[in-house]
Amino acid sequence: MTLLPRHRYSLPWSMVTPKSVYLSRRRVLASLLALPPAAAAAQRLENVRRSGYGQGEKLTPYEAVTGYNNFYEFGTGKEDPARHASSLRTRPWTVRVDGEVHKPRTYDIDQVLRLAPLEERIYRHRCVEGWSMVVPWIGFPLAELLKQAEPTSNARFVAFESFYDPHQMPLAAWAGIPFPYVEGLRLDEAMHPLTLLVAGLYGEILPNQNGAPLRLIVPWKYGFKGIKSIVRIRLVKNQPPTTWNMANSREYGFYSNVNPHVDHPRWSQAKERRIGELFKRDTLLFNGYGNEVAHLYAGMDLRKYY
Amino acid sequence: MVDRKETRFLRDFCAQAALVILLFVPLIVLIYGFSQGRLGPNPVEKITHQTGLWTLRLLLATLAVTPLRRMLGAPGLGRFRRTLGLMAFFYGTLHLTTYVWLDQFFDWAAMGRDILKRRFITAGMASFALMVPLAVTSTRGWIVRLGGRRWQRLHRLVYVAAAAGVAHFWWLVKSDIREPALYGVIFAVLMLARLPGRSGATAEGGLPARPEPR
Repeated sequence: MTLLPRHRYSLPWSMVTPKSVYLSRRRVLASLLALPPAAAAAQRLENVRRSGYGQGEKLTPYEAVTGYNNFYEFGTGKEDPARHASSLRTRPWTVRVDGEVHKPRTYDIDQVLRLAPLEERIYRHRCVEGWSMVVPWIGFPLAELLKQAEPTSNARFVAFESFYDPHQMPLAAWAGIPFPYVEGLRLDEAMHPLTLLVAGLYGEILPNQNGAPLRLIVPWKYGFKGIKSIVRIRLVKNQPPTTWNMANSREYGFYSNVNPHVDHPRWSQAKERRIGELFKRDTLLFNGYGNEVAHLYAGMDLRKYY
Repeated sequence: MVDRKETRFLRDFCAQAALVILLFVPLIVLIYGFSQGRLGPNPVEKITHQTGLWTLRLLLATLAVTPLRRMLGAPGLGRFRRTLGLMAFFYGTLHLTTYVWLDQFFDWAAMGRDILKRRFITAGMASFALMVPLAVTSTRGWIVRLGGRRWQRLHRLVYVAAAAGVAHFWWLVKSDIREPALYGVIFAVLMLARLPGRSGATAEGGLPARPEPR
């Protein structure tokens, strides 16, 4: 068509609204309709150091990271936590560190956040259900906190416990798993530099649905090992019970390392769907962190210790 | 003046057409949602769940026709049964296609292992396999060819298909069984409603006693 002179409708690319802005306008409009205003206002985290982890990985969009979650205390649907987790009160909040330690202590959450410099780490995140994401987490190695507590020579495992309050979490009653949610790591896994205590993502304070105010991320294990909304960290002698293992021990082991060769009884773990991609990709042993963590399991039968 | 036979035909045709259009709505919603990127962060999962749910819903709707017909004293409802059954098969085909294509990407060996190893897949495949002969023999011609009694016996497989569908759903959820349990209860109620008994209804809930007036 040449009815209009060219200059009337030819705009330079510099004037095009960036797609992310264009899309975020929709997001803002939608969130105004869907969420109470408190949930929409995200707080930035300051003084965050960048780290070299995850270079070259394409980040999963913020909307997916914060809109597609497993947090059974707030419902079992993937979109339930984003809808319901605004009822979680994250201040005041304390984290108790005790058990086999020389210096047991109850931290205020804001003290925890000042224990070590916050850094951003881009990690792959693989759910036991067969999907995965790439997330820019913000936090610091769990080892920093554990060192402060000075574990005794009896400490061989770390037991974690989530916050649980049926009044703030009315949907938990339907989840079909016991609460409070508990998780555990071997001490050497917990002390590993990749193991992260997370307080934020995408530059801002952790949204409630992602496990505010403090959660665990163990990138070489299935996502459910990354316990959310932590209130207690206990150093212990014996392997602690873990929630999904108690709910169904045949399907969920204590270790739960990402392993394409050991199937979940009800589905193959050989492949995964990266959120945002249509077709599946191959799952990597230890979620691709084998160089860093394989030595932790040398000589172990990973089929037996799934 | 239009004669009565013709108006009845027209009414019947419109009712069937309306039902078919209505039952295409879930698919249209999915296609539109997909094209607009509005199926959430994991669209393939949503498509899988929705097509599966509609298969089960329509199977149960098919099973509801006979009890409803008796309870409401509306034998005319019977003509919607085939439409509901075929639409259940249609959504089942979409569901299976999603699995074969978007989930497994035509990896036949992996699918074979899945069917043998994983009972929820076994149940789902069984449910679909049982629906195939029912869809094929759903025509008037096949009723005549097989004879009413044999056709009816064959079509009782729909009970097994629906039961396998409920089991497929039940065995697939991780811990929250409320939704599959609801479908299980509906299935049980529909089966109980078929027990011979009161009101002198025939135990055979299948074909109308006489050929449909058309």
